[in-house]
Amino acid sequence: MIPAIVVFIYLAVVVYIGVFAFRRAKGKEEAEDFFLASRSLGPFVFLLSLFGTNMTAFAILGSSGHAFSNGIVTFGLMATSSALVIPLTIFLIGTRVWALGKKYGFMTPVQMFRDRWECGHIGTVISVVQAALLLPYIIIGVMGGGTTLNVISGGLVPFWFGGAVVAMVVMSYVFFGGMRGTAWVNTFQTVLFLVFGAIAVIVIGSAMGGFKSAVTALQQSPAFAPLLTRERISPYYFFSYTFIPLSAIAFPHIAIFCLTARKMAQFKKTVIFYPLCIMAIWLPCVFLGVLANRVTDSPEIRAKVEARRVLATQGKGMQPEQRDELREQAAGDDVILIMLKKYAPLWLAGILGAGIMAAVMASDSQILALSTMFAEDIFTFYGGKRRFGERVQVQTGRIFVILLTLTAYVIALNAPETIFELAIQYAFSGFAALSPLLVAALFWRGSTKWGALAVTLWTALCVIAVAVFQATVPAPAPGPASVCLAIGGVEVITRTPGGTAVFGFMPVVPMVIGSALLMIFVSLATRKPAEATIRRYFARA
Amino acid sequence: MKRLLLVAAVAVLYVLHQDIWNWRTPYPLVFGFMPIGLFYHACFATAASLLMWLLVTFAWPGHLEREVEGDVKEEGRPL
Repeated sequence: MIPAIVVFIYLAVVVYIGVFAFRRAKGKEEAEDFFLASRSLGPFVFLLSLFGTNMTAFAILGSSGHAFSNGIVTFGLMATSSALVIPLTIFLIGTRVWALGKKYGFMTPVQMFRDRWECGHIGTVISVVQAALLLPYIIIGVMGGGTTLNVISGGLVPFWFGGAVVAMVVMSYVFFGGMRGTAWVNTFQTVLFLVFGAIAVIVIGSAMGGFKSAVTALQQSPAFAPLLTRERISPYYFFSYTFIPLSAIAFPHIAIFCLTARKMAQFKKTVIFYPLCIMAIWLPCVFLGVLANRVTDSPEIRAKVEARRVLATQGKGMQPEQRDELREQAAGDDVILIMLKKYAPLWLAGILGAGIMAAVMASDSQILALSTMFAEDIFTFYGGKRRFGERVQVQTGRIFVILLTLTAYVIALNAPETIFELAIQYAFSGFAALSPLLVAALFWRGSTKWGALAVTLWTALCVIAVAVFQATVPAPAPGPASVCLAIGGVEVITRTPGGTAVFGFMPVVPMVIGSALLMIFVSLATRKPAEATIRRYFARA
Repeated sequence: MKRLLLVAAVAVLYVLHQDIWNWRTPYPLVFGFMPIGLFYHACFATAASLLMWLLVTFAWPGHLEREVEGDVKEEGRPL
């Protein structure tokens, strides 16, 4: 129960930070202050908050769970691909989004697209597709909060209550503090996780008898030795994954966050230190996830390893439902929590539980982003601000925060978690496929609104197609993928144990390439915006 | 020339991410416990940080900030 009490204290601190941010705003009811913290964030808060915004539950629990099943490959697959691509996109795209936002007063990417391509309703279509891809995150955040509080309290806090507490806390500080409160909370959460994460690695490592002996034990076991290499993942899949981090800058909450910096110089430290921050969080999570396989005296971990073994050896002869059940049993998303409970002292387990809650609660930025998009892309664009004024616009944004959180909570109570986990999988590919919108708007004079519409519709179509495909074709047992479409002996579409492959690559590869080609060809075939508009964006060209 | 070198550095680092030569072996174990594949990618993250420093130092788009500052001074506040 002590860890749960520590988590509740932490949640109280987080609400206080939100209320403090509200007081700092001194009753300002300006949209720019509520949604963008008056574009005033300093370098420290900007770096840690931007990083914290990206550190979702997936980064902490999902990375160790993936490493538990697949080995050290997780680090190169997800962390270092992001360590290169994300800061690069912030450097190339984030700085330009910031400058245009400051110059023309944009508060969302869609406002920029509407201005850049002289379009109205096409902007609405982009906004709706972005919102649809973002919504599952908020639902999964509520679910993650309920589950984490339930596990940390040893079952004393029921799922519905834990979810309600997390939803209320996030709603409170987003409602009161807006972007300033969200940024401060994210900064606090990132510092907490970086400091106590490092302590946890040392504590758990020494409790396991040292890393050397743990790794030696894994090496000597034929079942676990491959986890110290990357042979469980194909190089094609590994390469495909470098396309996924393109999604980061296309996520509306990240693009909107780029508008909050006081000066462009704030980006410098963020760009330089981002790869190191990723390493500081992911390396311990991945390493501990792999080492968890060696915790043979934990019945929960033993059950997971056994389920994995049965799936690998007898999976082929099983029904798809049986395989799915075994996959769920073998999933390692909670191995970090299990190791904390087993090896860390109670006080540290509590603080780290709070850190994990922090990651789970990263949905705050997404809630605020959706509220900003509604207030700016819909309410303001269709005349609401003109008719009712800025104060009503901000209040509308706040009411939207409440409605959105309540809706997410109701859905979280009634729908199976796996649906939304899958939706998040598709969302990463979807936002990566939307990234050519930003590249074209900022770097190509010849891009047009019709090219933008083609990219958006293609993305929506692909996400739906992959979702329907994976829902109708069951995942095969571990081993070779099942071929669904082959032309002239070449495997075109295959169903893999973990998802779908197109010519051996993840769907994100053809999705991004398709988007880029559509943007080029449709733009070449359609009328460009007026020269005066183009000149405002490419004055130096 | 400077820009070309930086673009080449980004491309080289992207290629180096695909270290297929470390694919099937954990050896040598660095510090006695860290498989080479993991150590390589820890070094990769450090190299990525170094590359970002080079980009920030030698290719910073300072003209964007100057343009914005010019507009703010002229207009009194952003458009």
